[in-house]
Amino acid sequence: MYGRDEKVSTTRLTAVQYGVLGIFLILAYGLWRLQVSQSDSYASLAEKNRTRDVPILAPRGRILDRNGRTIVDNYPSYTALLLRDSSRDLNADADLIAQGLHMEVKEVRERVHRMASMPQYEPIYLKDDITPDELAFIEAHRNELPELDTIMAHRRLYPKGGFMAHLIGYVGEVSEDMLNQPQWEFYNPGDVVGKSGVELEYNSVLMGKNGSRQVLVNSHGKEVGQLAEIPAEAGKPLRLTVDIDLQIAAEQALEGRNGAVVAMDPRTGEILAMVSRPTFDPNDFAVRVSKDQWTKLVTDADHPLLNKAIQAQLAPGSVFKIIMATAGMQEGIAEDMHVICNGGAVFYGRYFKCWVVAEHRTHGLVDISKAIYQSCDVFFYTLAEKLGIERIAKYATMFGLGQKTGIDLPQEASGLMPSEEWKLKNYRQKWFAGETISVGIGQGAVAATPIQLARAIGAISSGGQLVRPHVAFPNELPANVVPASTVPERVDVPIDPKNWEIITDAMADVVNPGGTAALSHLQGIDFAGKTGSAQTISNALKAKMGAAGKTQFKDNGWFAGVEPRRNPEIVVCVLLEEGEHGYLAARAAAQVIRAYVEEKQRAQPKLAGEKKRVEVGAVWATPDEELKAGKFVVDVGKPREMATGVR
Amino acid sequence: MSRYISFRDFDWVLLLFVLIICGLGVMEIHSATEHTKFAGSHIRQVYWIAGGVGAMFLMSFISYQKLLDGVHWMYIACITALLSVMVFGQKYLGARRWVKLPGGNHFQPSEWVKLILILAVAKYFAEMQNRELSWTDFMKAGALVGVPMLMVLAQPDLGTALTYFPIAVMGLFLGGLSWRQAGAVVLVGALLMPVALHVLKPYQRERLTSFMSPEADAQGSGYQVNQSKIAIGSGGIWGSRNGSQTHLDFLPVPQTDFIFAAFAEEHGFVGALGLLLLYFVVLVRLTQNAQTAPDRAGTFVVMGVVAVLSFHILVNVGMVVGFMPVTGIPLPLMSYGGSSVLFMFLALGMVMNVRMRRFVN
Repeated sequence: MYGRDEKVSTTRLTAVQYGVLGIFLILAYGLWRLQVSQSDSYASLAEKNRTRDVPILAPRGRILDRNGRTIVDNYPSYTALLLRDSSRDLNADADLIAQGLHMEVKEVRERVHRMASMPQYEPIYLKDDITPDELAFIEAHRNELPELDTIMAHRRLYPKGGFMAHLIGYVGEVSEDMLNQPQWEFYNPGDVVGKSGVELEYNSVLMGKNGSRQVLVNSHGKEVGQLAEIPAEAGKPLRLTVDIDLQIAAEQALEGRNGAVVAMDPRTGEILAMVSRPTFDPNDFAVRVSKDQWTKLVTDADHPLLNKAIQAQLAPGSVFKIIMATAGMQEGIAEDMHVICNGGAVFYGRYFKCWVVAEHRTHGLVDISKAIYQSCDVFFYTLAEKLGIERIAKYATMFGLGQKTGIDLPQEASGLMPSEEWKLKNYRQKWFAGETISVGIGQGAVAATPIQLARAIGAISSGGQLVRPHVAFPNELPANVVPASTVPERVDVPIDPKNWEIITDAMADVVNPGGTAALSHLQGIDFAGKTGSAQTISNALKAKMGAAGKTQFKDNGWFAGVEPRRNPEIVVCVLLEEGEHGYLAARAAAQVIRAYVEEKQRAQPKLAGEKKRVEVGAVWATPDEELKAGKFVVDVGKPREMATGVR
Repeated sequence: MSRYISFRDFDWVLLLFVLIICGLGVMEIHSATEHTKFAGSHIRQVYWIAGGVGAMFLMSFISYQKLLDGVHWMYIACITALLSVMVFGQKYLGARRWVKLPGGNHFQPSEWVKLILILAVAKYFAEMQNRELSWTDFMKAGALVGVPMLMVLAQPDLGTALTYFPIAVMGLFLGGLSWRQAGAVVLVGALLMPVALHVLKPYQRERLTSFMSPEADAQGSGYQVNQSKIAIGSGGIWGSRNGSQTHLDFLPVPQTDFIFAAFAEEHGFVGALGLLLLYFVVLVRLTQNAQTAPDRAGTFVVMGVVAVLSFHILVNVGMVVGFMPVTGIPLPLMSYGGSSVLFMFLALGMVMNVRMRRFVN
């Protein structure tokens, strides 16, 4: 017997029992709520917990040249990351990790710190595109540093040194702005898409379809099993009309200068080469472009990101005289027109100089042929006065000036062909007859892109066959991808055969003794063309600025040339910014033309033996020698161990 | 007085139900730890249970009346042990809960204090002469439990400290607490609530706030409760055989504090309700034993055990279903862990002790 002799109140004991019952009912209610009434939503939460969709990234299609040689390929790129489910002290390991990955210890710690509040299953990305020795370091330290891991993704491998960069373009993560546009609506954030050039234009061909794997993961995000797999569809390869050999020649022709080269087959519109300088290295964009790098590229006064072959809108200068000549001949004005050039003439009360006075010469008696190969300004001033702006504009527009050529590349510029209507519309002013005189020599308000001039000169040399340029073979593209263009594939602009002959012969004389580009004469090659030097500012303004103006605003040099002179197989348009003279541009064009002819002869070895080897009068080395010297050999990089056929 | 004690008087029914629960616990520990680094825990748990049953039999032989005679010495020993923890304790994860014994063993006295407190409270109320509970008695009884409770709270170990609380409440209630007094206590408690919140350690406060809205911080401190609810909910009525929450490691510590969630996921509403029913049977059986106790002190001892057991169930199951904050209180008889199992069987030993002496006079 312990304690006082009285039993504990039975009522209270019973109360305790009911209390316990109450507790159990509450707990049972808790179970019922979770397991019966809301079971479905919790089951789906559990499902979401344990399954994860892991994308299988589809490799992007390769970009090939017209002969099937690889220009752009992919390479497996590894990203180093830290897993956080292992119980390692990441801060303590930071020293070794930083050393192995060639990073700053501070940077490693900072990345760890930045991710501290993120869910554990999210890995910390340390370094993109690690080198083979860094990869070897990770493999060798699997036991010491179990938290260090890698993931592999295919990255774009572009030719080095900015080779063909503008035509190819580059890829990047799809931006939010893009996703808001209808043509990108089916893409997902994080998708890598083309951002410019062919990569953008033919993104839907090149981009594969990502697959996915549904995997079973544990709470650390570690994969413990696979539930389903949808395989990835690799992107399709895209064959371009570009010929790498010719592209190399064009790149070399422009080396060290600013400007553009475009080479086209005027029979089909196939672009054979396209260069713009200065250039950029798209490989810098393939991983992650740093902000500094980007700022530098977009603020550079020479606009390295601009594809000048289709985006530079400049006064065509004397190259425009071929269109003038065609207009004059077709209108029956130029054929019998004779002008005496005394170094200038007065029109509408103003004195217009001919370029020749700078060399203390005059052209004397000039007819249409001499006007072309000597590029006599006075002749074309007179012709412009006789034609009037409306007829000039009509012919220029017929040959594609002032409008997009419809090339299958993004952001083509349309240039400008002034007319009375244009002036009235844009300036609310009447056209002054004096302005027509400047237009006659491709100055004034006229602005053209290199691709427009190549197309127009190619068309005139072909007897009026105006084609739409393109870089991909339309019949090789899936039906739904063929770019819709308002420009017809081919337009026949009638040119009288007699006129055609006169103009093309005069163009051939441009590179003959007495022509404006006589030094670019190619022995044994039926090379023809037209030089141009276009002022970037007016002479009056230049004089006012004195010496500073002379160096700062040098003229742009132009040359549009063909081979052979009639029904050409190739037309090349060269723009040399601040090139001062058209004959410099002519040299560059001659290089490309010569490379084209030589390549054609190499391609027919049996015939080549019979044919005389091309004599090259100019001082240029052969492209093969330059290739051996290492210029423009597309180095795909040893560490990446990828074989691309670019040479 | 006859001192005849027979195993026939041992509560074999109670033991049966207790062992069924233990068996389910072992099964669940096995299932939850099968492919983890804790694999094999269920075997160790079986050893603990076997040891616990042995300790229970030993406990039942020493008359609880003898134990009550010496309870003040035990109480003093308790306070000394808790003091030594405060002074010499090993700091681990920011709390001093263990003392290192010679020979490398760790000793955590706060678990055993519970047993002593059950006895001390039983003795105090059994010897109390007044039928009505005076405020003085109230304060004395409160201090009896409150002093060790505050010491454990200072370790800090909120979870264990809280388990002392029901012992005092049960004693006061059965000892004649009037409704008026109860009301006053609740009122004062409510007024002291903000002060208590202020005293809480940041991690304790975080647990409380994450309890209020676990979804707000699903990956932080609300993570455990969230995953526990998902585990239970995805079990549905009949349970999910693969039990992905448990087996893919989403459910934290599924073999200890969250074992009920693991069980509920695998066996569903039906299984979990059955388990609750087993616990309820054990508690009812214990209360019956309390009623048949030979004296007032015996009743208080058994009801002390009832209080601790039901409080553990309430807080643990309440936690895994999201009704209670995360406190780190294991589910008695099921959760993996030596001290928890030993404590329960020693407490049951005391109950057997009381029952075997019911016909003593």
